Amino acid sequence: MNTVTTDGALLTYLVRHADDNVVLGQRLAEYISYAPDLEEDLAVGNFALDHIGVANHLFTYAAQVEGGDRDADGFAMLRSEREYTNLLLVEQPHEDFAGLIVRQFLFDAYQVVLWEALSTSTDPTVVGIAQRAAKEATYHLRHSSGWVIRLGDGTPESHIRIQAAVDRLWKFTAEMFESDVVDAEMAVAGIGVDPSTLSVFWLEIPDSVFEEATLTRPADPFQTSGGRTGMHTEHLGKLLAEMQWMQRSYPGLSW
Amino acid sequence: MDAAVLSGVVVVITRTRTAADARVMLERVVDPDLPFLSIEDIAILRDVEVTPDGGATVTITPTYSGCPALDTIVTDIRSVLANGGFAPVHVEVVHSPAWTTDWMSGKAKEKLAANRIAPPGLLGVTAEVLCPMCSSDTIATVSEFGSTACKSLMVCTDCGEPFDYFKAI
Repeated sequence: MNTVTTDGALLTYLVRHADDNVVLGQRLAEYISYAPDLEEDLAVGNFALDHIGVANHLFTYAAQVEGGDRDADGFAMLRSEREYTNLLLVEQPHEDFAGLIVRQFLFDAYQVVLWEALSTSTDPTVVGIAQRAAKEATYHLRHSSGWVIRLGDGTPESHIRIQAAVDRLWKFTAEMFESDVVDAEMAVAGIGVDPSTLSVFWLEIPDSVFEEATLTRPADPFQTSGGRTGMHTEHLGKLLAEMQWMQRSYPGLSW
Repeated sequence: MDAAVLSGVVVVITRTRTAADARVMLERVVDPDLPFLSIEDIAILRDVEVTPDGGATVTITPTYSGCPALDTIVTDIRSVLANGGFAPVHVEVVHSPAWTTDWMSGKAKEKLAANRIAPPGLLGVTAEVLCPMCSSDTIATVSEFGSTACKSLMVCTDCGEPFDYFKAI
């Protein structure tokens, strides 16, 4: 916590990465008991737990930086859709198992490169969270890329479905590497990383996995974004309504 | 006469409690998912300091980001030390350096094996996972994710027994 300005940027920076993880954790939790087999149910549950855990640690640190009364739950449960700053990718619903896997795979690859970069942050708390999250993301990526290959190089039906999921979700990938003033300030301070520098490392992962999976990167160059400024797709509001209804209905309720 | 008086006196030995005393008390705090391992065995416990006001500061490092056992462990640390006469008790959660299975002691790994959970090998070393029932090395992975974040599910292809493997991270 250096200057007032840096604290403001750090708070925004921590919250956006926490938002990515809490929203994806909630999305994954929706799928538990619907997976094609028991092992996959365990995997999805473990993914969700890891993401929510990362979000909890980041929100806790954000609360410390903010220095007010708000705690981790306050960040997660009492902010509206427009105050959430997660990537659009993670809020997308999964139309089928292939959709869940592709969303996970694209995000896992991003998390691996992001957390590895943040493992050398000048902020020791960020380093600790990043080092552990990097290990978990690497483990997730091994699992999700295995499924991308199995489904892509599987039956004609599985190939059609996973290619459709790639075509549907690819337009949300460039947003991961957009940088704004917060990223720039964090990168200059050595706390964060400029996301635009990560895309080249990230792209190697889908490129090599898609080749093995006999999948193709969509030719359509259209990309969309807005999550970091609170401009979301219509799906986030419904997700938050379900996640937050208890705190909204009974404010201050504790376990 | 003197003896009779003395027999009615409760002798209270007062001495300053040390960090070593606190550590002995903390041996009773276990990982609720692996109740045969203390928080020292599993290396969640990083440091114990006694403060001049008679309190204690305990530093812990969580295992997995989402490990749901963390809250229980923090509560248990507070109650064990409070019962042992330390007040106030502070529990500090420190994230860096990140926890690794390499910190687990040999004793902890023996306890895992004795409880039929294959212990983790050292990071960066291709460790052989052995069946904790028959010590066979012909095993297969059933599920990369198991009943808790720290374990995956394996099966021994010799004796046919399924077992948990504590992942090396």
